[in-house]
Amino acid sequence: MKRRESGKNVLNQYPADSGVEKAFKAIGIISLILPVSLLLILIIDTTADGIPRLNWSFLTSFPSRFPEKAGILSALVGSVYLIGLTAFIAIPLGIGAAIYLEEYARKNRITSLIEINISNLAGVPSIIYGLLGLGLFVRIMSLGRSLIAGALTLSLLLLPMIIMAARESLKTIPQELREAAYALGADKWMTIRKVVLPLGLPGILTGIILSLSRAIGETAPLITIGALTYIAFLPESLTSPFTTLPIQIFNWISRPQKEFHVNAAAGILVLLIIMLLMNALAIWLRIRLQKRNV
Amino acid sequence: MGKKVKKLLIAMTSLAIVLMVGCRGSSDRSVESGRKDFSGMVLIDGSSTVFPITEAVAEEFQREYPGVRVTVGISGTGGGFKKFYAGETDICNASRPIKESERRECEKNGIEFIELPVAFDGLAVMVNPRNDWCHSMTVQELKRLWEPAAQGRILRWNQIRPDWPDEEIHLYGAGVDSGTFDYFTEAIVGKEQASRGDFTASEDDNVLVQGIATDKYALGFFGLAYYEENKDKLKLVAIDDENPENGVGPVLPTEETVANGTYQPLSRPIFIYVRKDSLENKPQVEEFVRFYIRNAPALVKEVGYIPLPARAYELVMRRIDNRVTGTTFSGSKVGLSIEEIIGK
Repeated sequence: MKRRESGKNVLNQYPADSGVEKAFKAIGIISLILPVSLLLILIIDTTADGIPRLNWSFLTSFPSRFPEKAGILSALVGSVYLIGLTAFIAIPLGIGAAIYLEEYARKNRITSLIEINISNLAGVPSIIYGLLGLGLFVRIMSLGRSLIAGALTLSLLLLPMIIMAARESLKTIPQELREAAYALGADKWMTIRKVVLPLGLPGILTGIILSLSRAIGETAPLITIGALTYIAFLPESLTSPFTTLPIQIFNWISRPQKEFHVNAAAGILVLLIIMLLMNALAIWLRIRLQKRNV
Repeated sequence: MGKKVKKLLIAMTSLAIVLMVGCRGSSDRSVESGRKDFSGMVLIDGSSTVFPITEAVAEEFQREYPGVRVTVGISGTGGGFKKFYAGETDICNASRPIKESERRECEKNGIEFIELPVAFDGLAVMVNPRNDWCHSMTVQELKRLWEPAAQGRILRWNQIRPDWPDEEIHLYGAGVDSGTFDYFTEAIVGKEQASRGDFTASEDDNVLVQGIATDKYALGFFGLAYYEENKDKLKLVAIDDENPENGVGPVLPTEETVANGTYQPLSRPIFIYVRKDSLENKPQVEEFVRFYIRNAPALVKEVGYIPLPARAYELVMRRIDNRVTGTTFSGSKVGLSIEEIIGK
């Protein structure tokens, strides 16, 4: 509030700037309205197309050549398994790496080299990870086109993002708190466990869930490692073949029959709902944990 | 860590476990009746054009043989063959015959295959319904329009025929990685992948349908199945191959003209390639392939493609019986009847 008032005073002194500010504000509003309304149009359009198709049997049926009988069971379960497994692999590794880099690693050339590499990896297109996964997990480690190969590939994709988010969060914890813990006689492990991690957790969790919601919409790396399109059974083990929601949606959209496009719209809605739930969980967790810390 | 957070983490973990277990429970219900003596997997990958047929067969097959698990992927014909000769799949869906280079890779890896045509697919050349001048084209005209030399030169309708309007022509075509593009260029230009580059290409045929349907001066090509679903938005162009042996004058693609070989050169057989050792060592694969051919006539039609003549399916079945390996379609001349090629 205060800042704005002082800003006004400045404007009074230099009235020529007020036009610039207005223009800037207008640009800001436009750049907000444009993407939001585009998104709204997309969501409304998809909802209108997909809602009539969205029912229990759509969620519990396998794909079929009859659009009205086709469902997303194998894709939905595949996506849930895949994300669960990916989280299981990527979260401990990611948080561990971040804690090491922030708390233990000495600041020297090698550390900064690793840091630069991690930031660069976060920007690598996801299909590259798919090719890596195909070579490494599917072929060399001969895991085949399995759930575990998919989860490992997605974990590689997510790791840089999780590490960066976790590190940013750990960085915001004031050094004084660590020093206070040492002053009370805590050792390094104790400090990390009792002070650093609990305080960093809200930020870490938000980062993790946001990157997981990105992973659930990934298609390219999974197609590359050979996730399938038609599967009428559910994965039974880590080495089972699988399919995911985005792949099923993509397949339906490219069919000639309009009824399949309706199925695709309904599938998009399911994917959207899952992502919204995940994001809502992230926000809820952050608010809750922050409250506790204060 | 605070108690609440711990509780929350425990709740989330148990929710995940419940979800996994719950989902697993429901997967057992499929094993009820039918032929239980077959089990195991049938792994299929390849062309997106053949996918709907294989999907339909897999759906029916799994209803009758609940113990067998069929998986079908879409990697395109080329990608499918890569997995096939790496020994990763039992069957490859292919919208064109195997290439010489792919055949050599199979040989190198000791993979023998049986080539089975399963249906016809017509490539349709289409214009906008408001286009009232273009009803037919000869292969020569299409070649002049699509060959690489046309790029940047043949840009107006009246450059194809002088009495057509002096308007820009807008071209749409299948994506360059698809078997459809391979086949079109081979049949029209005479050399696979040889095409002008200045056209709107999309792997998603629905994009092409939209493009042509909204543009009076458009012309494009893609699979006949997409025309069948969009008859009101598109107009077919009859094709004249100027060879009186297979129909005089321009021929429109219909179920009949595609199947009897008069719609030339834009009708093509589509295939599945089966690995010989899978056929011999995995009883479920042989059962699946026989089921495929037995049910092809009905299922092919249902998903919008054109079945082979009944006699051809008999010959295909005989190929399975006799384990005839190798290809007779690769490099075969356009114009031979399908029975003649299978019978070779």
